[in-house]
Amino acid sequence: MLDIQNLSIRFTRYTFGLKKKEVCIVRSLDLSVSTGQVMAVIGQSGAGKSLLAHALLGILPRNARIEGRVFFKGQPLTPERQSAIRGREIALIPQSVTYLNPLLRVGVQVARAARLSGINQKDVPATVSRAFARYLLQKKVAAWFPFQLSGGMARRVLTATATVGMADLILADEPTSGLDPITAREALGHLRELANTGKAVLLITHDIETALQVADMVTVFCAGTTVEVARADDFKGLGHLRHPYTRALWAALPTNSFIGTMKPIERTSDTGGCPFRLCCNDQDAVCGQSVPELKQAGEGWVRCHHA
Amino acid sequence: MPLQLTKFLFAKTLRLVLLVAAVATLSFVLVSRSPIDPVDAYVGAAVMKISPEQRQMIIARWGLDRPPLERFGRWAAQLAKGDFGVSTIFNEPVTAVIAKRFVTSLWLMVLAWCFSGLLGFALGLIAGAWEESPADRLIRLYAYTMASTPTFWVGMILLMLFSVYLGWTPVCCAWPPGLSAEQATLWQRLHHLLLPAVTLSLIGIAQITLHTREKTIEAMRSDYAVFARAQGESPGGIVCRRALRNVALPAVTLQFASLGELFGGAVLAEQVFAYPGLGRTTVEAGIRGDIPLLLGIVLFSTIFVFTGNFVADLIYYLVDPRLRKTAGGFS
Ligand SMILES: Nc1ncnc2c1ncn2[C@@H]1O[C@H](COP(=O)(O)OP(=O)(O)OP(=O)(O)O)[C@@H](O)[C@H]1O
Ligand SMILES: [Mg+2]
Repeated sequence: MLDIQNLSIRFTRYTFGLKKKEVCIVRSLDLSVSTGQVMAVIGQSGAGKSLLAHALLGILPRNARIEGRVFFKGQPLTPERQSAIRGREIALIPQSVTYLNPLLRVGVQVARAARLSGINQKDVPATVSRAFARYLLQKKVAAWFPFQLSGGMARRVLTATATVGMADLILADEPTSGLDPITAREALGHLRELANTGKAVLLITHDIETALQVADMVTVFCAGTTVEVARADDFKGLGHLRHPYTRALWAALPTNSFIGTMKPIERTSDTGGCPFRLCCNDQDAVCGQSVPELKQAGEGWVRCHHA
Repeated sequence: MPLQLTKFLFAKTLRLVLLVAAVATLSFVLVSRSPIDPVDAYVGAAVMKISPEQRQMIIARWGLDRPPLERFGRWAAQLAKGDFGVSTIFNEPVTAVIAKRFVTSLWLMVLAWCFSGLLGFALGLIAGAWEESPADRLIRLYAYTMASTPTFWVGMILLMLFSVYLGWTPVCCAWPPGLSAEQATLWQRLHHLLLPAVTLSLIGIAQITLHTREKTIEAMRSDYAVFARAQGESPGGIVCRRALRNVALPAVTLQFASLGELFGGAVLAEQVFAYPGLGRTTVEAGIRGDIPLLLGIVLFSTIFVFTGNFVADLIYYLVDPRLRKTAGGFS
């Protein structure tokens, strides 16, 4: 369904004296999702997860520059194609409630998303009420404004907005943040259902524990780079995890009694080299010289000089 | 009426009373300290002909020999009864003069206000939605130029071009000379109104355009606009279907809150075009020392500007659902 190879995202910033400066936030990012699959994308805050989702839709700010190869349904995903299919074939569940317009009624916003996704005007009301019913939103909620929603309701509204159409790829950006465990499980259940009906789901989160509940595969980001792709089952024990960063994440899970502690990832400047090396216990001279290649390892992939 | 709204209206009324009281006090102090001698101003050219005794009589009759506090008390009591005194230059009650002149001004101000509001808002939307496009650059250039141009200068240029050189529009007044306001046809009045109204609008557009542009840019970069794009909405769609309300709300507020500037602009525009409205009357009253009229206009314009701000707040209150939240019940 989706195949991303060697994606990089840079931002041009103007510093003092109107000097242009480029910062590279994402580089050497590889990822793929297939039909019926939930692919979890794990990374710490600031790893570039939201940027990835926005880049796939072509909705990054104008000062962003994207490079790399992206294939969607086997065809290259060009900017023209992006603007033709966003909302119709790829849908986004955004990260926070601020993505709803504060001054428009919830029902109006969902209806507009339905219309944009290619549903006939006359079928829109029925489709919207079905979406509301699916996410257990009462009818009267349609007349509410976003500030009247609780956090959990707002999440469900965002999910309803993204899934009211018939998109084949769902980009879910932190769909469980701020939810209690039961509500979170319910939200993940919805995503699993969507995958089971033949859609592909990209589940973006910083919380491995919740992700592992529904994901088939896990892609681990470190400072904007894919460092490992592993099956969800591989996280049952340390043995199958190959990258030191993934292992550190695994060790930080509560069930693993926080073995070892990890420093937050520092972003290295643009000199090349492994993005994790500053926090890695096994680093040596090689790590600073080049970004490691992504190597196949069993059913997964790993990007480490020492794996 | 919800309790919230009653409270809101009560607070506003209280504020108006306090404001008028403050302005009245300040004006009284300023006028009593001003070098204009009320007797001289009243008698006018005949000042040489009255004897010192006559002068004393006038002073005693007007109570000018009383202490200031007592004079203020008497004046304020009259004001409270709605009696603003008699204008010395028009020899008519101040309220009548203001009413008549204000109606003439109202034509001008309403026209300019609507025109600059609508056009300025539209230009701001276009400039903001297509930021850095040639249209945006052109609109910005225009707005910055107008924002830094004095009203009377624009008025004079237009007057020279359209009235003197091309002869399309009349050179002065609100209706043809020799006729009274009632005799003039609607068309004649609009014809005379055109140039002053355009002058006032051209200047007024700048502020609302720049303000709307900023708000539109902010809206286009907001999260909800990003989400709208993710759903496949076009820039035009975002402006018309998503951001319009978010941008219009502050724009309407600004437009009502700028009644003060509109009034200030009208004073200048009316002066240039010899348009007999309230603005021109203000200047005359000032120059010719008509203190009752001047004070009346000061108080009137205070209420006028206050009303503008009040309407702005009221609209915000009624339109923005977030402010109504506590007003009882979701609507
Ligand atoms: N418009 C921009 N210009 C420059 N830098 C940006 C821009 N947008 C995001 N960034 C940077 O990109 C990095 C990644 O941001 P992103 O929102 O993708 O993080 P994230 O992985 O989604 O984190 P979180 O879990 O907190 O949502 C951040 O360090 C941020 O500062
Ligand atoms: Mg994010």
